[in-house]
Amino acid sequence: MNDRSITDGYGLLSHEHIEKHKHIGVHVTPEETSQVKVALVGNPNVGKSLFFNYLSGVYVDVSNYPGTTVELMKGRFKSFDVFDTPGVYGISSFSDDEAVTRDIVLQADVVLNIVDAAHLERDLFLTQQLIDMGKKVSVMLNFMDEVEKLGLQIDKELLSSCLGVPVFATTATRRVGFDQIEPAIEQALRGKPDPALHHRLHGMLSITGSEAEALLILEGDEAIARRHGVQPGTERDAAYIDRRNHVNLIINAVLSEKNLRRRFATSLGRWAMNVWTGIPMLLIALYLIYLFVGKLVAQDIVNFTETTLGHQLWEPWIQGVVVQYVPASSWLGTLLVGEFGVVTMTVTYLLFLLLPLVIAFYLSLAFMEDSGYLPRLATLVDRSLNALGLNGSAIIPLILGFGCVTMATITTRLLGSEREKKISAAILQFAIPCSAQLAVVAALLAGAGFSAILIYSATIFTVFVAIGTILHRSLPGTTSPLLIDLPPMRLPRFDNVIRKTAYRTYFFMKEATPWFFMGALGVGIMQVTGLLTVWENILNPLTTGWLQLPRAASTAFVMGMVRRDFGAAGLYQLALTPHQVIVSLVTITLFTPCIASLMVMLKERGLKEATLVWTGTWITAFLVGGLLSQILI
Amino acid sequence: MAMKTGLVPLHQAAKGSYVVIQHVPDGRSKAQLIRLGILKGQLVRCLERLPGGTVVIEKNRQEIAIGVTLAKLILVAYTGTDFLSNA
Repeated sequence: MNDRSITDGYGLLSHEHIEKHKHIGVHVTPEETSQVKVALVGNPNVGKSLFFNYLSGVYVDVSNYPGTTVELMKGRFKSFDVFDTPGVYGISSFSDDEAVTRDIVLQADVVLNIVDAAHLERDLFLTQQLIDMGKKVSVMLNFMDEVEKLGLQIDKELLSSCLGVPVFATTATRRVGFDQIEPAIEQALRGKPDPALHHRLHGMLSITGSEAEALLILEGDEAIARRHGVQPGTERDAAYIDRRNHVNLIINAVLSEKNLRRRFATSLGRWAMNVWTGIPMLLIALYLIYLFVGKLVAQDIVNFTETTLGHQLWEPWIQGVVVQYVPASSWLGTLLVGEFGVVTMTVTYLLFLLLPLVIAFYLSLAFMEDSGYLPRLATLVDRSLNALGLNGSAIIPLILGFGCVTMATITTRLLGSEREKKISAAILQFAIPCSAQLAVVAALLAGAGFSAILIYSATIFTVFVAIGTILHRSLPGTTSPLLIDLPPMRLPRFDNVIRKTAYRTYFFMKEATPWFFMGALGVGIMQVTGLLTVWENILNPLTTGWLQLPRAASTAFVMGMVRRDFGAAGLYQLALTPHQVIVSLVTITLFTPCIASLMVMLKERGLKEATLVWTGTWITAFLVGGLLSQILI
Repeated sequence: MAMKTGLVPLHQAAKGSYVVIQHVPDGRSKAQLIRLGILKGQLVRCLERLPGGTVVIEKNRQEIAIGVTLAKLILVAYTGTDFLSNA
C-alpha cells in the first residue's frame, strides 16, 4: 500500500459534504465565545502533563471529577480554558478514566492530541477516533528526540494530509516546539473521518445532534446511548477493526526506518521482564527503596525531626504555651498536652514522623512509575499473582498499599473485575502495613534483632498468601487476564516526579490529618473518662493471657482502630521482650484497618463486605498473634 | 503468506520468533486487543515467555504484556523467513 490510495479514499468526503452538516444545524462549534475549551488528550505516558503545566502555569484548579476519584485539572492560558484528561487508548466508557476523558472531549471546542511519535501505531488509533468524532483536532507529535534516536523518520506533512489536521513536532521534556502550542490550538481543524464509518453516522446524527455522540453510540457506548434513550450500537468491533486498518495504512505511508540500533533503555526494559535478570533487578530496586525510605528517611531524618524537632522543640514549647491558660493536670490539659495530646503527640506524629515518610514513599513510587518500571514489574509478577486470583496489574494497588492503604483501596477500582477488586481490597486491609505503620514496625523490629524481622515478615507474608488463596478458591468467577502496553523505559523528569509527589502528599495529609486529631481526641477522652481502663479490662484476657503482652498493650489496639501506625506507635512506649515485640507487631499489623480506610472500604465495597473484612481482621489478628505467642513465648 | 497449518497458542510461541496472528478471542479483552493492534493478520514478535506463560510481544516497537489465560486463546502461526525479507 502506498500513501496515494489512502488520500484518494477521502475523495468520498468532499468539503461540501462536511459543509452540509452545518446546514442540518449540527455541531457548529462556537468560534467566537470568550473562552475556548481546549482538551489535552492522549494515551498514557505521552508527556501530556508537561504540555498542561506549560499552558496552565501556576493557576491550576485540581478537583475530583464528579462521582469519581479521577483527578481533573483545569488551567487558563490566554483566552483558553485548558483541561487535562486521564491518559486513555480510546474514547468510550470502559473505566472511570475513560468516561471522564470522554465527557471532557465531548464538551471541548478544540482537542490538542498529544501523540508519542515513537509509538504511532498505538497512539494514532485515538487520534483517528477523535477525528471520526468530528472534533477540531491538532496533533502534537511528542518525543521527537526519541524518534531520532530510534532511527525513525516521520513524514509530518504527509501525516497531516492523511489525517486532515495540522501536525506539529515537539520534544516536551526540553520544551522544544512549545512555541507551536498556541498556533496549534488556533489552527485545529476537523479532520478526515474514516469514510465508511462516517456515512453510517448519518442515521444516528438526527437523534443525537452531535457527530461525536452519534459515533460513540454506534461504537456501543452504553452511557451515551442511555443519555439519548437509544440502544447502543453493536458495531464496535467492526468499527475498531476498520479504524485499526486505516491507521496502519497511514503509518505505513508516513513512517520509515533509517537504522535499528537497540537502545540501552530498551534492553534494560527487557531484562526487567526476564526471570533471571528481572528478579535481581527487583531486589536491587527494593533495596534502593529500603536504603532511601527505610534507612535515610525513616531512621536518620525522622530521628532528627521526631526527636529534635518534635519531642525537644515543639512539644515543650506548646506545653509551655498551653499551661499558661489550662492547668496540665486538668482534663482539658490532658486532652491537649497529655500522653495522647492533640497538640503535642498528634502534631509530632503527623508532621515529624508521618510527613517525611510519606514524601519519601511517594518520591520512590513516582520514580518507578515515570521510569516505566512499574508495568514491567506487573508483567514479571503476573503469574504469581494469578495464584491469588489477581493479575499483574494488581501490583500497583498492592505497592501503593505500602504507602497508604486508604489510597490503595481507592485504586483497586482500576482492576479488571469485581472479583479482583474484592480480593485486592481484602488483602490490602488484612495484610499490608502502610508506610507510616511500617516505619514504626521497622524501628521496633530493628531493636529486636534479625530473627525477629524474619519471623515477622514470614508470618505476614503467609497471611497475605493465605487470604488471597482462600478468596480465590471460594469466590466464583475467573481472573481477568493481564493486557497492558509497556511504555518505554525513560529517565524520569525531576520536576515531574516532584510535582506528582507534592500532589499525592498533599492529598494524603489532607485525608489523614482530621482522623489523626479525632483519634487522639477519642483516646484522650477515653483516658479522661476512665473508659480506657474499662477497655483494657475487657481486652485483658486476650492481651495478657492469650497474647502474653503487658496490660497496656490493649491501649495500642484502641489507637490502632483509629490509625494503624498510631497503634504501632503506642507499642513504642512499652517495655517488651524481643518475642513480645514480634507478637505485638504481628497482631497490630493484621489488626483492623484505620478509620479512613474503613470509610473508603464502606464506600467502595459496601456495608456487608466492609463489616466482614473488619470483623475478619479482629479474628485473624488475635488468632495469628496468639498462635505465634504460644509458640514463641 | 503465513502457513495455514501449525497454529499454536501465543503462550507457546518460541521466544524471539515472528508470528502472524490467526485468531483473537471474543469477549471483554477484544476492544483493548484491537486498540493495541493485536488483530488477525498482524505480524508480531515474541519477546519474552515468563514461567507460567505470561508473554511479552512486540509490534512495531510497541511492547505489550499478555497474561497466560488470554495468550492461550490467541492463535498464531510461525512465519517463514521469506515473509520476513518482504516485510
